[in-house]
Amino acid sequence: MDFSFLSEYYMFFINGAKFTLIIAFFTVFLGVIVGTIFALMKISRNVILNMIASTYVEIIRGTPLLVQLYIIFYGLPYVGLELPDMVAGILALSINSSAYVAEIIRGGINAIDKGQMEAARSLGMSYNRAMISIIIPQAIKNIIPALGNEFIVIIKESSIVSVIGIHELSYNADTVRGNIFKPFEPLLVSAFIYFIMTFTLSKFMKRIEERMNISD
Amino acid sequence: MIRVCDLQKNFGELQVLKGIDIHVEKGEVMVVIGPSGSGKSTFLRCLNLLEQPTSGEIYFQEVSITSKNNNIDMQRQKMGMVFQGFNLFPHMTILENITFSPIKVKKLSKESAEKLAFELLNKVGLQDKANSYPSQLSGGQKQRIAIVRALAMKPDVMLFDEPTSALDPEMVGEVLEVMKELAKEGMTMVVVTHEMGFAKEVGSRVIFMDNGYIVEDGTPEEVFNNPTNERTKEFLAKVL
Repeated sequence: MDFSFLSEYYMFFINGAKFTLIIAFFTVFLGVIVGTIFALMKISRNVILNMIASTYVEIIRGTPLLVQLYIIFYGLPYVGLELPDMVAGILALSINSSAYVAEIIRGGINAIDKGQMEAARSLGMSYNRAMISIIIPQAIKNIIPALGNEFIVIIKESSIVSVIGIHELSYNADTVRGNIFKPFEPLLVSAFIYFIMTFTLSKFMKRIEERMNISD
Repeated sequence: MIRVCDLQKNFGELQVLKGIDIHVEKGEVMVVIGPSGSGKSTFLRCLNLLEQPTSGEIYFQEVSITSKNNNIDMQRQKMGMVFQGFNLFPHMTILENITFSPIKVKKLSKESAEKLAFELLNKVGLQDKANSYPSQLSGGQKQRIAIVRALAMKPDVMLFDEPTSALDPEMVGEVLEVMKELAKEGMTMVVVTHEMGFAKEVGSRVIFMDNGYIVEDGTPEEVFNNPTNERTKEFLAKVL
């Protein structure tokens, strides 16, 4: 194996990794916000909100990410909405992720003993107050590990936006493969960089979990 | 204090309460006994609307709490509740557990809420636990804290839902002791319990429920010594 191409092409990998991280960051950010909203809709006692959120989650989880990406990338221009590639990519990934995040958060909240809500309400707290101050702080402990997993998935899955021409890590690795006529080594390099990113993140999440368990 | 008129509660097909009429007077210690599945916990949980009645009306201090436009949060501040499973908030210290609602809901200042908390903690002998977390306490201690937490709202009535059922036997006494003390101070109490000793000794009125009805209602002497209903006799024969 020969990695001498790196001296000439290393910037492709670095720039690609930068894009991957930017995409992942915005996807996580938007995914968590939108996912939280849908999770709250799903646990609310409002039938309509409930139905909207359930339908959303089922449809998003029931269709391939690649198809969702194409629908947004090729479909939105049909309704007169031309988005920059990068925005379309992040939007598709965020929508996809938000459905999974919604389920993670809903599960985390539902796992809290019903007695906690009852105790809070019996002390005169409103539903919202009890949710914000009593239930959600406890649910976060259940949610963090699963959410960390989802972040790792996003970093890896973001490679899919290479199909709409975004110059992230996978796309750039492909470019290098084409330029140097070596199909294998650039893939190894990109795999290694992905692994560094996800491994660092998973160590970081472990830290946060440990930090949170101190109060137990 | 609490007036209940033809209270009925269904869980799906199952009718748990089949028409309860009762009036809890101020200063009364009403002990509710009965076999499991008789509806006594459901009855208690209807009093502060943790269970939504299927039909019937409940008045608390002459206000209908079952009417549609009533905001139950206000009345719940005046109705303390203690649960079988303690339900302390595990992410808060004992002091925070006690002062959270007085500060956030009743808008008490932090100083006065903490002052009151320490007074109450002193009374139950747990002032040294103020900065502990619930997980560091025994069951009996947790339940005493749960009582203090409810009392910190200065309620007019206290509802107890089998407060000693989840406790190890040697811890039952310390919790009953606190409840006895509370009764002595004149607190209005409704207590669902299997502790017949407590019912006899502390109760001013004992209610026996069976199969969704109140079938016996009287002083402890009347209910325990001269029960009129067959089911009551049967039940008491088994538990006494």
